[in-house]
Amino acid sequence: MKFKIYRYNPEKDVRPYEQEYQLDDVQPGTMLLAALLRIKDEQDDTLSFRRSCGEGVCGSDGMNINGVNGLACITATDDLKQPVVVKPLPGLPVIRDLIIDMDQFYKQYRAVKPYLVVNDPMPEVELPQTPEQREQLDGLYECVLCACCSTACPSFWWNPDKFLGPAALLQASRFIEDSRDQDFEKRLEDLEGPFKLFRCHTIMNCVHVCPKGLNPTKAIGRIKAKMVTRSL
Amino acid sequence: MNTDINAVERRQFDTLIIGAGGGGLRASLQLAEAELNVAVVSKVFPTRSHTVAAQGGMNAALANVSPDNWHWHMFDTVKGSDYLGDQDAIEYMCRAAPKAVYELEHFGVPFSRLDNGKIYQRAFGGQSQNFGGDQAARTCAAADRTGHAILHSLYQQNIRARTHFFDEYFAVDLLKDDEGHVLGALVFNIHDGKIVVIEAKTTLLATGGAGQLFKTTTNALINTGDGMGMAMRAGIPLQDMEFFQFHPTGIAGRGMLITEGARGEGGYLVNGDGERLMERYAPKAKDLASRDVVSRAIAVEVREGRGCGPNKDHVMLKLDHLGEDVIQKRLPGIRQTCITFLGIDPAEAPIPVFPTAHYTMGGIPTNRYGQVVVPVKDTPEEPVAGLYAAGECACVSVHGGNRLGGNSLLDILVFGRAAANHIIKYLKENKYHRIIDDAVIKKVVEKVNRFDRVTTGSETVAGLRNELKQVMEEHCSVFRNKEILQQGVAKVESIAARMKDVSIDDQSHTFNTARVEAFELENLMAVALATIHSANAREESRGAHSRTDFTERDDKSWMRHSLYSFENGLDYKPVRTKPMSVESFPPKPRVY
Repeated sequence: MKFKIYRYNPEKDVRPYEQEYQLDDVQPGTMLLAALLRIKDEQDDTLSFRRSCGEGVCGSDGMNINGVNGLACITATDDLKQPVVVKPLPGLPVIRDLIIDMDQFYKQYRAVKPYLVVNDPMPEVELPQTPEQREQLDGLYECVLCACCSTACPSFWWNPDKFLGPAALLQASRFIEDSRDQDFEKRLEDLEGPFKLFRCHTIMNCVHVCPKGLNPTKAIGRIKAKMVTRSL
Repeated sequence: MNTDINAVERRQFDTLIIGAGGGGLRASLQLAEAELNVAVVSKVFPTRSHTVAAQGGMNAALANVSPDNWHWHMFDTVKGSDYLGDQDAIEYMCRAAPKAVYELEHFGVPFSRLDNGKIYQRAFGGQSQNFGGDQAARTCAAADRTGHAILHSLYQQNIRARTHFFDEYFAVDLLKDDEGHVLGALVFNIHDGKIVVIEAKTTLLATGGAGQLFKTTTNALINTGDGMGMAMRAGIPLQDMEFFQFHPTGIAGRGMLITEGARGEGGYLVNGDGERLMERYAPKAKDLASRDVVSRAIAVEVREGRGCGPNKDHVMLKLDHLGEDVIQKRLPGIRQTCITFLGIDPAEAPIPVFPTAHYTMGGIPTNRYGQVVVPVKDTPEEPVAGLYAAGECACVSVHGGNRLGGNSLLDILVFGRAAANHIIKYLKENKYHRIIDDAVIKKVVEKVNRFDRVTTGSETVAGLRNELKQVMEEHCSVFRNKEILQQGVAKVESIAARMKDVSIDDQSHTFNTARVEAFELENLMAVALATIHSANAREESRGAHSRTDFTERDDKSWMRHSLYSFENGLDYKPVRTKPMSVESFPPKPRVY
């Protein structure tokens, strides 16, 4: 199996380049991460990428695979056209090889105050929540912060500092929709203005690439609907 | 890199926490809220820590689904541990469990819910009502993504509390003074290779387990026993390392975890003859017997030719009778995993499973306040000043010979918090930083800088690591005997001896993952030595340590904790059989 992998080490490379690798005996069902690990172990220990759980839960190994963002550990090589072209996620600075600087992404995540706010005194037991109320969080809380969505979003590319991006807005929705949260008004208010949320032009790249099958565009729509209801 | 230690950056904190999984983040939150100056060092961004992969849930006697109380939970945990767990720590944990769950709920964890609005609880292995009676439902769950839900909520709360994070920094070694006080650690920034000495009045190790010891594992690639390796190099023994849990249901040959919650929701195991195999091994609890019991049962079925598939090398976990609704609602994560990795939808077809390396019951010895304790002269448990450990890297010991499913999330939360509380107390009496000797720092700096030079050794990190994992898989698995273990000891010793010849090609200071892997392998090697030596020495079968040549539990000779250190080899200390307030549970035959 043939690979073309983006290489860049700022200590020695003036500009990025593509390096070709060849792997023999790739078994059916081999995930891309396993192939990359084999390349690193058997051929070139300088090839650098993030990885951890290997099963799509930790969100470490987001990368651009044949032009589409995804998690290497749950992308089967069988389905990939060769040579498999692997690049870092687009739109954020590259630290080295497939590793991007995610500071801006995390900053936007923190900006939506991604934590439950309860002002009332806490009971000694759980805050009650019905199964129906809890169901509102399905499709929102499962995000693994891999950044595949935000780095696939043209609005985020142009304004990564002003537009919060799909991942952060999905988190915003996760708390807006939580029946236990008491910061509803403030959360909506904080998303007003032309950029933070309204730079979303429903291009839906985020939905297309999300490795967890989540739908940030829909979440953004839910926030907008709530803003409209609130302003009436 | 610069070897002038005066040029090395130094930072000072009240507490240094190494590891940002559930244990580290629960502790950091407690400390940040006490307005202490806390640094959390993690080699990965916090939400990449392996807590994120926990699936089934967290035990607490909330009695939301079945009658329950903490004392029954305690009994189950003591029995599950095969009477090797320390009963004071177990009582403490089970009593604290409901509060720990409610706290998490208040932090925002999106637990699944019952119709009455309370937290959903499911049945898990080894759980009973009334000291061995009917099955209990004690495991609080957020679908089958409980670890993800907990880790993200804890990280989010730490954002609110403005905890100071050193993300993607690798901790190399603890720094100690002549009197044995731990004064922090030397770390380096993975982004640029820059070395930082973090001086801390207290240091908490929360680095997780060492599942990468084995070839087939449910564990993340980061689970290399870093804290355990650091502790051993600081002269601290590791406790009960022979007790390594093999989860009954890893995907056969691949290792991905299929939660015990799958059986808790009504799934069951079948062998190649289509029989419900657990009926023979655990007539009462069946598929919800303890993990060690179920794993052995599967291994025996396969060994005796009743496996499934063309090679008869696994059994099947059947879920399709539960219906798509239950599977989608309660087990959506493992459903997706099966579809992704096997092309099998468990709502339609059974899952091939086999016991898979999962959890390190042993670890850095601590008391129930999280203080690291070591034998000093006649005292078996003398605290190491300034050093704490919590979670899977620690051995407190609440899991003893075999951990119950749902008790590991509980362990990290209860003891992460307990350690933080003790640190708060300790800091009131120990207000000043002690001086670190330059020579101590210099030694570690030189170790890090070793890889700056062009290395010409004959060994590669990946080569040695793969060999080690293969040896551990073959010589320290579900069933063990003298011959296999002795060969294992010799092989691990010889692999460890080749570590000095390791060379890596990557000399960059920018995100050098090859260098990180070399340090991880050093840690893994230390843990492997402790594990294989401890297993070789223990001539009995208890919990997850099953010897075909010593098939019975031997309470007279072996109801004691193993301690293995580089300096002294093997040593032992008694089990703490006296609980805090209730009667002790004396050892009994373990039947499920």
